[in-house]
Order: sequence, then C-alpha cells, then structure tokens
Amino acid sequence: MASVTLSVNGKSVTRDVDARTLLVEFLREHMRLTGTHVGCDTTQCGCCTVHVNGEAMKSCTLLAVAVDGATITTIEGLAKGQDLHPMQAAFREHHGLQCGFCTPGMIMSAVDMVRRKGTDLDDKTIREELEGNICRCTGYHNIVKAIHYGAEAMGKAGTAAE
Amino acid sequence: MYPFNYHRPGTLADAVKLAGADEAKIMAGGMTLLPTMKQRLAAPSDIVDLNGLGLSGITVASGKVTIGAMTRHADVAGSAELQKAIPALAELAGMIGDPMVRHRGTIGGSVANDDPAADYPSACLALGATIVTNTREMSAEDFFVGLFETALQPGEIITKIIFPVPEKANYQKFRNPASRYAIVGVFVAKFASGVRVAVTGAGSGGVFRQNDFEAALSKDFSAKAIEGIAQSADSLNSDIHADAAYRAHLIGVMARRAVEAAR
Ligand SMILES: Cc1cc2nc3c(=O)[nH]c(=O)nc-3n(C[C@H](O)[C@H](O)[C@H](O)COP(=O)(O)OP(=O)(O)OC[C@H]3O[C@@H](n4cnc5c(N)ncnc54)[C@H](O)[C@@H]3O)c2cc1C
Ligand code: FES
Ligand code: FES
Repeated sequence: MASVTLSVNGKSVTRDVDARTLLVEFLREHMRLTGTHVGCDTTQCGCCTVHVNGEAMKSCTLLAVAVDGATITTIEGLAKGQDLHPMQAAFREHHGLQCGFCTPGMIMSAVDMVRRKGTDLDDKTIREELEGNICRCTGYHNIVKAIHYGAEAMGKAGTAAE
Repeated sequence: MYPFNYHRPGTLADAVKLAGADEAKIMAGGMTLLPTMKQRLAAPSDIVDLNGLGLSGITVASGKVTIGAMTRHADVAGSAELQKAIPALAELAGMIGDPMVRHRGTIGGSVANDDPAADYPSACLALGATIVTNTREMSAEDFFVGLFETALQPGEIITKIIFPVPEKANYQKFRNPASRYAIVGVFVAKFASGVRVAVTGAGSGGVFRQNDFEAALSKDFSAKAIEGIAQSADSLNSDIHADAAYRAHLIGVMARRAVEAAR
C-alpha cells in the first residue's frame, strides 16, 4: 500500500491505496466522484480526461501514486454551486451530447483547449484538438459548436484562466 | 495489472540502482508502459518513476539543441526557442497522439520504446542526434537496433538527447486515420555537410535512412531531384492499413513534400 495525497476539486484527500490504483479508480471508487468515465481503458477515448495541475490528462493511464501531491480538477469541480460552468452550459444549450457518456471528457478537454488556444476557436482547431476524445453518438457536429460558443462565453465571463 | 513496488527516486544514482534490479522497469510518462502492463504484456516487479529527477528542459546553444529525457511532447511542441532553432522538431512533437498524451508522454520514453511507427526516431536519425545515458553517449545509428529494440542495457537511463541544428528541415507524416501513428513519416534535414533522410512507420526493421534520396538531395536540394528515384518495397511493412508497394510510393511523396516545406 502507498499513501496518496491529492487536492481534488479544492479538497485535500489522503488515502492508502495499492500502487496499481489508477487515478480514475481513485476518483471513482475511493472518492465516489463518478462523473469521470471509463470508456476504453486503453488511452484512446478521452472519457476519463481530468486536469492534473491544470493540464488535461487521461486518468485511466496514470497511477494515482505517480501524481501524489497534484491538484486535480474533475467534471464535478467545474460548476459553481448551482451555476454551470460556461462550457457545461454551452453543451446543454447547443445539444453537444446524446447519451452523455463522453461528455465529461469532452468538457474537460474543451476547457483545457481554451487554456492553451484562447477563447476564439475556429472549427478546424476544435476538431484537431479533439483528437483524443471519441464520441459514439453525436457525429461531433454539435460538440464542435458547443465548444465554440462555450469558449466565447468563457472569454466574456473571464473564466478562461480557470 | 500484476502487483509491483513503486519507487520515485530523487537522484539519478538512486534511479540507476533501483532500475538495475532484475525485473524492474523504468517509467517516464507511462503512456506506453501502463497500457502494456494493463494487458499483462509486461509484469515488472518494480516501477522506477523518473518524474522526480528533473530531467526535463530544452536548451539551445552553439548549434545544438539539448532536450532532457523527461521533457513532455507538449513542451517540445510549445518551446519558442526550439520553434526558432529546429521548427521541424517542434512541429513533429505537436503531431504525436493527442493533447492529453502530449501532456504526459516524454521524448525519452518515445525514443527508448523505439516503436517502428513512432515519430521521434526519424528526427533523431535524420538530424544525427546523440542519445546520452547515465553511462555513455550513442549516435542515433548505433542506438536504434530494430523493432522496439535499442542499444540500451537493462537499467540504463536516457538523460538527454542532443540535436545538431540543421540549415533546414521538415517532417511529413502520413497518418493512420484511426490510430494517428505514422503509416509513413519522412524527416529531411539539410546540413552544410549534406542531406539526411530518415523514414519511420514503413521499415520492417524500424526507422531507416534513405541513402539514394540523400545522395541526390545533397547535390540538388529540390523535390525534382528525387522524383525519378524508386524506393524499393523490399523490407517494407505490409498490413491491413497499407501494403509495401503503397508504403514505398508514400515514402517518395512524403520526402518530396518535406523537401518543399523545409525551412
Ligand atoms: C493514444 C496514443 C497515441 C499515440 N500516438 C503517437 C504518435 O502518433 N506518435 C508517436 O510517436 N507516439 C505516439 N504515442 C506514444 C507516445 O508518444 C508515448 O508517450 C511514448 O511512446 C512513450 O513515452 P512515455 O514517456 O509515456 O514512456 P513510458 O510509457 O513511461 O515508457 C516507454 C518505455 O521506455 C522506457 N523508458 C522511458 N523513459 C526512459 C528513459 N529515460 N531511459 C530509458 N528507458 C526509458 C520504459 O521503461 C518503457 O519501456 C501515442 C500514445 C498513445 C497512448
Ligand atoms: S477510458 Fe481513458 S482514454 Fe478511454
Ligand atoms: S454522446 Fe454518447 S458517446 Fe458522446
């Protein structure tokens, strides 16, 4: 067993875990934060995307022990109380989801995209940057639209720096 | 995954000692290692995580670029200094996988893994890079041995990679539409002493140099100079994505595009 301390969505947590514990298992099974999904478990689909020290990573391919001490943001950490994060609101407004399974990963990637590329995102950039996120339902069209408007809204709300 | 002991040493000396254990395995970004462990294709007794060693960073000085082994693909892609010195290398890093993989995967891990479809090996070979480990320095030619095979000894740790700055260079990647790895990738580098061309994704023995293209381009650095030169399909890979003849054709096309785009 190894002791792992993480700051998750602003709360510090320490758990003794098997060294094999993946970050996504730590979040889902030890912390009951089940918004982060496991689609493929093979680093392909991006459903498990969370922010580690501010950068998007696939939590199915990270050992919890290897990120000991890190600051983690999951989909549960984006909204402010009852107020959805502008990117979440944009996905709802523009029907950026169908079954919703890929959505937490899409939104975490989208917020990271804004951090790196700014709030004025064209469709080509958005599609390229979604390389690591797979959706089996929507055909991506409304996801791209949602990210475009979500990014714009983040600019207006001044949340781009997160 | 099978159980293992996890270590995150703080010094290279400790890492070398730990990595020397019989069934120990070094972990950098884990982007390749963890999936193999999940599939139970690898079952190390000990994982030696290099993330505590501070082996990352990029320096440009006197005609050379030095990149620490633990430098993430995203940091290579985003380095303003590198974009000035060897733009082709920064662009190559930006074509690896996806943003999340680039935030975690490292140049050292990619080079050590020597996947026959990986991007970095072509840059190392075309630029004539030197691979530096805890014990020695090797030329890229000596370092890359075959499919997933390098000259690294068990427990040997890559600390940095040194790239000579060329006059011009470019990398062209023909992606597998699903995995986005290279079906064919060609790196062309022009030095005062001549031109070097390295091909990844295609060779059944891993990354290789295209000597005929090199000779022609060293005389005349233009796409036209290699137009008539046939690339043999012998010893190229054939799979469901592309057969050897198609790969041979793509090598010519990608090389010409790289020459035209070189800067
Ligand atoms: C979805 C996905 C897409 C990808 N697409 C591409 C692509 O398009 N092009 C491409 O080139 N790659 C691609 N990759 C691979 C990626 O670049 C990996 O980051 C890389 O192959 C391994 O780097 P790592 O730092 O994660 O190494 P790890 O997985 O930690 O290690 C890989 C191997 O190298 C050894 N090792 C690591 N560091 C050192 C060191 N310093 N010294 C000695 N040995 C060491 C390890 O023991 C292990 O055997 C992709 C990966 C994924 C998951
Ligand atoms: S579950 Fe992690 S990438 Fe699919
Ligand atoms: S909405 Fe169903 S997988 Fe994307």
